[in-house]
Amino acid sequence: MDQPTSPQYTASELMCVNAARLLRDGDVVFVGVGLPNLACNLARRTHAPNLQMIYEAGVIGARPSKLPLSIGDPTLVSGASSVCGMYDIFTLYLQRGNVDVGFLGGAQIDRFGNINATVIGDYAHPKVRLPGSGGSQEMGGWANRNYIITPHQKRRFPEKVDYITSAGFLGGRKQREATGVRGGGPLVVVTNLGLLEPDENGELMLTALHPGCTVEQVKDNTGWDIKIASTVKETLPLKSSELTLLREELDPEGIYLKGS
Amino acid sequence: MSKLCSLKEAISNYVHDGDTVYCAGFTHLIPFAAGHEIIRQGRRDLTLARATPDLIYDQMVAAGCAKKLIFSYIGNPGVGSLRIVREQLESGQLAWEEYSHFGMIARLQAGAAGLPFASMNQTAAPDLEKNNPNYRRVKDPYTGREVVTLPPLTPDVGIIHVQRADAKGNAHIWGIIGEQKEVAFASKNVIITAEEIVDEDIIRSDPNRTLIPELIVKAVCLVPHCSHPSYTQGYSDRDNSFYLNWDKISEDPAAVKAWLDEWVYGVKDAEEYWQKLGAETHKRLAVKPKFAAPVNYGDY
Repeated sequence: MDQPTSPQYTASELMCVNAARLLRDGDVVFVGVGLPNLACNLARRTHAPNLQMIYEAGVIGARPSKLPLSIGDPTLVSGASSVCGMYDIFTLYLQRGNVDVGFLGGAQIDRFGNINATVIGDYAHPKVRLPGSGGSQEMGGWANRNYIITPHQKRRFPEKVDYITSAGFLGGRKQREATGVRGGGPLVVVTNLGLLEPDENGELMLTALHPGCTVEQVKDNTGWDIKIASTVKETLPLKSSELTLLREELDPEGIYLKGS
Repeated sequence: MSKLCSLKEAISNYVHDGDTVYCAGFTHLIPFAAGHEIIRQGRRDLTLARATPDLIYDQMVAAGCAKKLIFSYIGNPGVGSLRIVREQLESGQLAWEEYSHFGMIARLQAGAAGLPFASMNQTAAPDLEKNNPNYRRVKDPYTGREVVTLPPLTPDVGIIHVQRADAKGNAHIWGIIGEQKEVAFASKNVIITAEEIVDEDIIRSDPNRTLIPELIVKAVCLVPHCSHPSYTQGYSDRDNSFYLNWDKISEDPAAVKAWLDEWVYGVKDAEEYWQKLGAETHKRLAVKPKFAAPVNYGDY
């Protein structure tokens, strides 16, 4: 049942499962839209049954019976342990230090894990206008650990982002520390090629590859000369049980998992 | 005193050209019918404020109601881009003021509480502060650290959909309560739309559930299904397929115009819109009841 499958999965499925594995049982997670939403729901149904899912809409301890399309769906409320307003969720929960993990994503991630989810080009005259911060600016500063999920493409990994929507390590770990934010910043970036983690200066470094992926692919698809860890690990293959849960229960219509 | 009136009257009396309007609701309870009535009445030059403009403001922007948007996340939740808003921001047709969700709700909270400004911790992300002059910094007089501040947000009109209200405007809300309370207390004029108008005794049977009190409400309108394609907890499900379809409709200006002609200008009110959706949609969005355990307030 839990045998490794042949690589018959999409990039989204690969990232989703690897992101889910980063969560620890008992973590309090601030869940975002899209793949993070799927990853958290997958983790709760597999290795982390005591995961506490918090949604920025103001839902604490959600137990959705089906995958919510948005992060404000009614299925999040029915059976949740508490519901509060947005002011409370960002203050009493996030700012106060009651959130272990925040998932972030964006159009661009740079060398120091800074994220752009706001604009490509000039802010005042946007070439491409993206959704903007939502809850992610505060999550980047205040969640104890941040994880980022993003496909590995050169245009998504520029040396420097056009705009910092949520802070990674700015120009280096010391710069982030100087701002006095409590959160530890991005700990892992999950891509469809492998995992990137910050070095002692906060610079992202390739630390693991997914089965069948190569260092060359990572170099070719990163917009700067990316550091490679002295030992690059290999991530565990996806289990058929994880894929079945994703495909048949969490995203049966393939809204997030199909494609690329 | 009863504040009951039709939605048409409420919009006509309290929403004026040039106003700042906040249609409340984080995904839940979004008062679409009120947005449609504002479109039908041809309001112009509005400043539309919402944390998540959602389809309601995409539609109002498409209909030409807005000159400016105040927001913190412009997406079609769970689907992708809010195409019309995005296109107008990129082309410079629509002015905007941008915050993070916390910045937005902190402004409302300051407005609701009558405070001079909102104070917030730094987030280490510099660019929102750089690009929006409403973000300022002051020195914390106790620690000497820098504190980020924003001015209060006090909309001219706040429109809030609720499960049930009495004729005076005492309103019960349950489910996601994003920013309704803050919008109600921050706004100069508050319009309540309700799935049900109930006797005052029902409100008074559960006072902890009254999020909005009569003393800040100007108008109360009976508007069942006001929130479609958003939802009303316990009354209707979110019409996710509409959100997915809008992604396609909004790709094409002609399709958007046709949609507005058919579903907004082509119907007289929310009731006609709901009937036009048809029995199959009604059935698809119906929800099975699931009641909370009753609480005992005690007979004192």
